[in-house]
Amino acid sequence: MSTVSEHPEEGFIRKYVFSIDHKVIGLQYGLTALLFLLFGFCLMLLMRWQLAFPGQPIPVIGGWLGTANAPGGVMLPEFYNQLGAMHGTIMVFLGVVPLVVGAFGNYFVPLQIGAPDMAFPKLNMMSYWVYFVGGVIMFVSFFLPGGAANSGWTSYPPLSNIATMGQTAWLLGMVFLITSSLLGSINIITTIIQLRAEGLTYMRMPFFIWSQLVTSFLLLLAFPPLEAAGILQLMDRLAGTSFFMPSGLVVSGQVLEAAGGGSPLLWQHLFWFLAHPEVYVLILPAMGIVAEVIANNTRKPLWGYKAMVYATVWLGFMSFIVWAHHMFLTGMGTVMSAFFQTTTMIISIPSVVILTALLISLWGGSIRFNTPMLFALAFLPMFGIGGLTGLPLGLAPSDIHLHDTYYVIGHFHYVVAPGTIFAIFAGIYFWFPKITGRRMSETLGKVHVWGSFIFMNGVFGPMFLQGLAGVSRRLYDGGAQYSHAQGVVQFNQFMSYSAFLLFIAQLPFIFNFFWSMRRGEKVGNNPWQATTLDWAATSSPPLGHGNFAEIPVVYRGPYEYSVPGYEEDFLPQHVATPAPQEG
Amino acid sequence: MEIPYTVAERPDTGLYNGKLGIWLFLASEVMLFGGLFSSYILLRTGDPNWFKPELSVPMATLNTMVLITSSVTMVMSWASLRLQDFKKFRLFSGATFLLASAFMVIKAFEYNTELSHHLYPSANNFMATYFTMTGLHGLHVLGGMVVIAYLWGPGSKMWKTEPERFTNRVEITGLYWHFVDLVWIFLFPALYLL
Repeated sequence: MSTVSEHPEEGFIRKYVFSIDHKVIGLQYGLTALLFLLFGFCLMLLMRWQLAFPGQPIPVIGGWLGTANAPGGVMLPEFYNQLGAMHGTIMVFLGVVPLVVGAFGNYFVPLQIGAPDMAFPKLNMMSYWVYFVGGVIMFVSFFLPGGAANSGWTSYPPLSNIATMGQTAWLLGMVFLITSSLLGSINIITTIIQLRAEGLTYMRMPFFIWSQLVTSFLLLLAFPPLEAAGILQLMDRLAGTSFFMPSGLVVSGQVLEAAGGGSPLLWQHLFWFLAHPEVYVLILPAMGIVAEVIANNTRKPLWGYKAMVYATVWLGFMSFIVWAHHMFLTGMGTVMSAFFQTTTMIISIPSVVILTALLISLWGGSIRFNTPMLFALAFLPMFGIGGLTGLPLGLAPSDIHLHDTYYVIGHFHYVVAPGTIFAIFAGIYFWFPKITGRRMSETLGKVHVWGSFIFMNGVFGPMFLQGLAGVSRRLYDGGAQYSHAQGVVQFNQFMSYSAFLLFIAQLPFIFNFFWSMRRGEKVGNNPWQATTLDWAATSSPPLGHGNFAEIPVVYRGPYEYSVPGYEEDFLPQHVATPAPQEG
Repeated sequence: MEIPYTVAERPDTGLYNGKLGIWLFLASEVMLFGGLFSSYILLRTGDPNWFKPELSVPMATLNTMVLITSSVTMVMSWASLRLQDFKKFRLFSGATFLLASAFMVIKAFEYNTELSHHLYPSANNFMATYFTMTGLHGLHVLGGMVVIAYLWGPGSKMWKTEPERFTNRVEITGLYWHFVDLVWIFLFPALYLL
């Protein structure tokens, strides 16, 4: 304790606003990202109203949206496009990635590897504030003339090149978000490689740490090409260049005045070179969280830990050479398509290895069905559905039919929404006692699990049927005017009701979150009887600067549960000689 | 509690934190410029009407020389610190800063000539690529100059209190500076000669 009290008391600003403590920064990331997650969810609810009841005024809040967006409460197509583009952008870049990497990574990587802080505390602070500025730019863009970006979260040119001012704000915001991710990923990689406690070899690292390490490499190497693309599109929009402008482009009956000769496909290549690894940025840390929760609550080691680690590294590598499976319909040629569909089929193998290992880990365990475990268990089939429905999209022939339909929306939402977001919830319930010293309410937690599980499937399940029928993903009226959609268009109301109920199912969580901070059941340092350093070697909440009373030494692997011959069913990583049991 | 390996090397990795950090940063920079170079190749090979105006090769050659020399002085400034010669460090790192300024001035003259011939970024995709890539490179030079100036001036106080840490900072700046130099070595033939 003496090492902690040596530090002079810090002022409010240094302690809570411009903090350089990884735990405070992690919480800043977490709270900001959760707010953005809620905001992005609300944008989706507005869209779901429009899809279920096209042309009808939005109740209650319809009048607040302004006449430019929704005259008389009826949403305009332009506003729908803004909502679509910003829902995707906010959920991915401002919600999920900052949560899984910024929040969970920041808070728990140093604790799990036995480090006093991140390697570069000031850089850490900077990466949060750069992210925050990026978020503010994105949010404020709704109030620009013409509203926010409206060319989809993928911002395909030439449409995005000639779009309203919101697109420029989007690009600027993205430059900030990318910069923040770069700083964060450098910090996490350096921390993991340099600050591991004595004895914590690579193969003794918890799987969560491995997932963060590979994820950070993806962020580090995949984001810069999108930054390059963003710079080129900014030049197109502000300096009149033609990087993405083909010759002789006609808009509204007039030939655009631009030098031309550019390539709209170039954007797609640069964009997907980021955005496919980004998918694994979204899912790998989620798998890491789920692995921690499953090992802890089955009370046995992860099955195939080494295979999972190798699969993760292989997945990270492969994710750089599959991007063009998003572009089968662009006419890039059959040779390219053949290459990318082959690599796409290969990359499904490591995902299946990880998922199978997690599933087999359940076998023969005496499972504790608490809230984090239920979320982790729900993750497995949901991610499974998301992954398996991806196979027909990865094969060029079947993708021709399914491309840009609701099938695609269903597919990637199963991966990210009931997949990653369930893992995030599992992580929040799991680590809440470490952060606050109190446990969240189990009753409210179970209401949250089951509500979310049922209504998530209600929202996304029917999308597969709609997509197979050929309903395009960007229709303002949900397909009402298309004859081929008539057989499936009635699902829209069911899906929208599910979405509204999904919102209601989150209320117990929000209440639980704040109520448990003050009133939750007080718990000790290691309420889940876990083995990793974050639980076993720290207090709850962890000590201020420095985390540990003294830096622990690691003696064994991360998941030594139910080792025969010992009284306790867990052997913490940092305990040198566990008390042997007689007999 | 102090963060370990901020100054000393970690035995099993042979690196101090900052050095690993800068190498990771440079890896991401390779991807950034790699994306731009790839775009340039794709645009150029994909456009049958590609047009490239005359640029000033002598000025760019001079600038290449200036930047390479600045890399040499950068190494000398770090080596001087390793030899405990702070005065020579001041001399060489000051020279690095002046050479970088010279690069920027020459570049400004080049830009001025091009713009006065109405060769704007919007003229054609070659000029667009040229201005974007050299502009981004120029920003990197500018960023390096800020750091070099800081380590020459107010930042050099650290030499008295933590000489080893200060030497590391100069080394890291040097690694970045060589990278900026290297990008130019690629830009020069790609934009001026080919």
